[in-house]
Amino acid sequence: MLLLKLALKNLLGAGTRTWLNVAVTSFSFVLIVFMSGFYQGFLEYAQQVTLETEVAGGAYWHPAYDPDDPFTLDDAHGIPPGPVSEQLAAGKAMPILLTQGSIYPEGRMMPVMVKGIPPNQNIVTLPTEVLGEYTGSAIPVLIGAGMAHSAQLEEGDVFTVRWRDAHGTYDANEAEIVSIMRVENPGVDMGQLWLPLGKLQDMLEMPGEATYVVAASGAELLADIGEWQPKPVMFFMQEYLDVIEMKSSNAKILYAVLLAMAAMGIFNSQVLSIFRRRKEIGTLMALGMIRSRVVALFTAEGGMHSILAFILGAIWGGPLLFFVATKGIPLPYDPTEFGVIMAPRLIGVYGIGMILGTTLLVAVIVTVVSYIPARKIAKLKPTEALTGRSN
Amino acid sequence: MDDNHIVEIRELVKRYPVGGGHFTALRDVTTDVVVGEFTGLVGPSGSGKTTLLNIIGGLDAPSEGSVTVLDMPLGGKNHKELAHLRREGIGFIFQTFNLLPVYTVFENVEFPLLLMGMNGEDRRSAVNQALEWVDLMDKVKSRPAQLSGGECQRVAIARAIVKKPKLIIADEPTANLDAENSHNVMGLMVNLNRELSTSFMFATHDEKVMGYLTRIIHLIDGRIDEDEQVSKPKYREGK
Ligand SMILES: Nc1ncnc2c1ncn2[C@@H]1O[C@H](COP(=O)(O)OP(=O)(O)OP(=O)(O)O)[C@@H](O)[C@H]1O
Ligand SMILES: [Mg+2]
Repeated sequence: MLLLKLALKNLLGAGTRTWLNVAVTSFSFVLIVFMSGFYQGFLEYAQQVTLETEVAGGAYWHPAYDPDDPFTLDDAHGIPPGPVSEQLAAGKAMPILLTQGSIYPEGRMMPVMVKGIPPNQNIVTLPTEVLGEYTGSAIPVLIGAGMAHSAQLEEGDVFTVRWRDAHGTYDANEAEIVSIMRVENPGVDMGQLWLPLGKLQDMLEMPGEATYVVAASGAELLADIGEWQPKPVMFFMQEYLDVIEMKSSNAKILYAVLLAMAAMGIFNSQVLSIFRRRKEIGTLMALGMIRSRVVALFTAEGGMHSILAFILGAIWGGPLLFFVATKGIPLPYDPTEFGVIMAPRLIGVYGIGMILGTTLLVAVIVTVVSYIPARKIAKLKPTEALTGRSN
Repeated sequence: MDDNHIVEIRELVKRYPVGGGHFTALRDVTTDVVVGEFTGLVGPSGSGKTTLLNIIGGLDAPSEGSVTVLDMPLGGKNHKELAHLRREGIGFIFQTFNLLPVYTVFENVEFPLLLMGMNGEDRRSAVNQALEWVDLMDKVKSRPAQLSGGECQRVAIARAIVKKPKLIIADEPTANLDAENSHNVMGLMVNLNRELSTSFMFATHDEKVMGYLTRIIHLIDGRIDEDEQVSKPKYREGK
């Protein structure tokens, strides 16, 4: 108690230098919590969007399907296996058929991924019903806002689409944009045309066939379905987590720099203060304070920077984090222009664990950098300290 | 150890390593200090006064010989035991006052009692008594930076006396004070010496201090040159 009281007095007595260190430390602390929260919020949001718009309850893939190799699409189509067709009939799954194609808006050529989806599905949150409501003579097409932007297409635009059917024969026809959807998942937007499944099956001459089947979320993913491969939700999310992992390791470098800044300031002050306060150290020893307690006193003095930093951080960072966690920060950009999932407002998610973890990390670092210079006191002779002499 | 002795020194030698060899700062020092003595170490600069006081105070270790302070032989004692001796039995007064700058007068005087683990009530009354001794009751809330040199040294005296130690060690206590303050401070110490039988050991060049001493040990080149009992100190009335 005595030590802490004295340490606090010394620390506050040091004035500006203390507050400078405390300010830098609180800045690092709040910024780390703030950014971690964004990553967490970003992760949760992205996962949710991916689940809702794309993954749902997992999928069954045609054995030849490989999303990384578009050439497999020539072979990756077939009638879904028996057990899956029961889920299809019950509306607990939907077939998706894929092919490569090209479009020619205003004479330009663009390769696209053409995807057939049942217009009346309710397994993912894409507004596919507009495909069923189309009464015109062209092929109805639904695209995302990102695709519309990059291909410069608008609702009602008519253009040529070209594809290859089951026999390898090229064919082409007019297509019309029936709707442009705002969807935050580029995985169902960029470079993609969504068509009614039946229409695509006709075009490709692949009646009843699919490339993969998406299960409704919550539906049981059947394991034993012959050649087709069940792909659980985690399979899709893992890829996602890897991306996040990489991004957050970049963030960790920034955290390290922030913490190093705070640590260096405190370390420096400690070295300086121990050097300048030799006589005081000698006096404490002469008054009968044992060395280990003098070391503890100076360590506590440095370590208390972190306590003051937490208090200061809570004062200015608390309301800021609360605002960000409840209201979010609006993005100045159109999120569909990013190659990754972005919420239109960034909402921070601040877990108690993350805040406590950061607090502990900062406290440990500050205490260690306070202890290292203070340790030298233990080697100091009282007479040398009193005279300010050193060997 | 003689009951009457507060310090016993036998054949003390102190060497400091200097360059490749060493420098002998004290040689063959043998003496005793009797309870209640008001002793001064006097001698030219570099004669070993500070060195001897530091050894008696357990701040420095002898190279040879034995030193016993308050019944504790200092040879072979570790720094914790020496710190304990200082905490419980010895008060220090320094030339440069050495007050803790962030503490108030009251807190500075209270500090040794906190180290001893004394309870709050006892502390308060002891601190108030010590501050009355040095006549600083009106400055309890001041900080050292707000005090004059004489006031600082009076606070330091209060800090040394507050735990009622048997021995007070004062190295050049008046060197930073003017004549009036020097007499004032010495007068206070004489009173404490009389009323509490606290033994004092000084190191000094100051004629004024010498005028209060009841015993003067002359050091020359680390040796006791003369040990003089003063029956009628110049500035000391009565005894
Ligand atoms: N740590 C040390 N290392 C080497 N020599 C030292 C050390 N401390 C003191 N000395 C030497 O020992 C001798 C005695 O020093 P000391 O400080 O005891 O003298 P002093 O009598 O107190 O002098 P002054 O009146 O100037 O205070 C001096 O010559 C000094 O240089
Ligand atoms: Mg000296």
